[in-house]
Amino acid sequence: MKAKIFIKYKEGILDPQGTVTNKALKSINIKGISSMGIGKYIEMDFKKNIKKNEAISITKDSCNQLLVNPNTETYTFEIED
Amino acid sequence: MKFAIIVFPGSNCDHDAYYALKNIGFDVKFIWHKEKKLDNFDGILIPGGFSYGDYLRTGAIAKFSPIMKTVIEQSKKGKIIIGICNGFQILIESGLLPGALITNKNIKFISKQVSLKINSYNSIFTNKISKEKKIIRMPIAHKQGNYTASKDTLKQLEDNDQIIFKYKNNPNGSVSNIAGITNKKRNILGMMPHPERSSDDLLGCNDGGLIFESIIG
Repeated sequence: MKAKIFIKYKEGILDPQGTVTNKALKSINIKGISSMGIGKYIEMDFKKNIKKNEAISITKDSCNQLLVNPNTETYTFEIED
Repeated sequence: MKFAIIVFPGSNCDHDAYYALKNIGFDVKFIWHKEKKLDNFDGILIPGGFSYGDYLRTGAIAKFSPIMKTVIEQSKKGKIIIGICNGFQILIESGLLPGALITNKNIKFISKQVSLKINSYNSIFTNKISKEKKIIRMPIAHKQGNYTASKDTLKQLEDNDQIIFKYKNNPNGSVSNIAGITNKKRNILGMMPHPERSSDDLLGCNDGGLIFESIIG
């Protein structure tokens, strides 16, 4: 079982990397994008004996205690078999 | 006065801070981050650098080092704590100071001399500095020094006079030009600029030394 965690900046937090990369896309004539945000993607593999509900709670604990800064970031995650 | 300088894997301003404090007359000792005791010190300095390679977020891993539990305990007893650059980032990640430090507005590592406005003389870190000295100069060297905070936190910082230093010309996008703040109890200072790199006339400027001189009184 695997957790796929997506971390992004909260709205209102300056994301210069996203802004600049979006400008670069415009400069190579890729059109139609109104805004862009660059975040983090983390994958975790669980030990074989871990059940889905345990995986969810381990993922949440990991995010809340270390992986995510609640002042500036939000996260979502998926658990895959 | 006895000062402890906490050394993490990746700290690189520890020796500069040691020199600066010793030069002014402090009794200084390096304390490895795996240690747990800090009873015999009057102050604690968390130096700049790249603790744990800045992995995940700056300061995020260092906050789980054994010594940080003790630093938090000591902070509650009112002990003087200074976090410089990466030290400031660690204090924020540890919850000892409010807000967050994110990537500079121009996404670049900025290393240059800056001018700081002393925004408050009402702190142990600035109260002995002459009020005529309105601007002090010292270097910054960081990529994640862009201070940000919620509107409520910012209002609290302003209402409680916790903003100690402001950039004269904002180099990194920090909200309200913030370069250094204290906690509400005013015993913890976090700042991105490096006073230890500007604390001897040999370095061309001794303005940073004024902060350490203010502490020793």
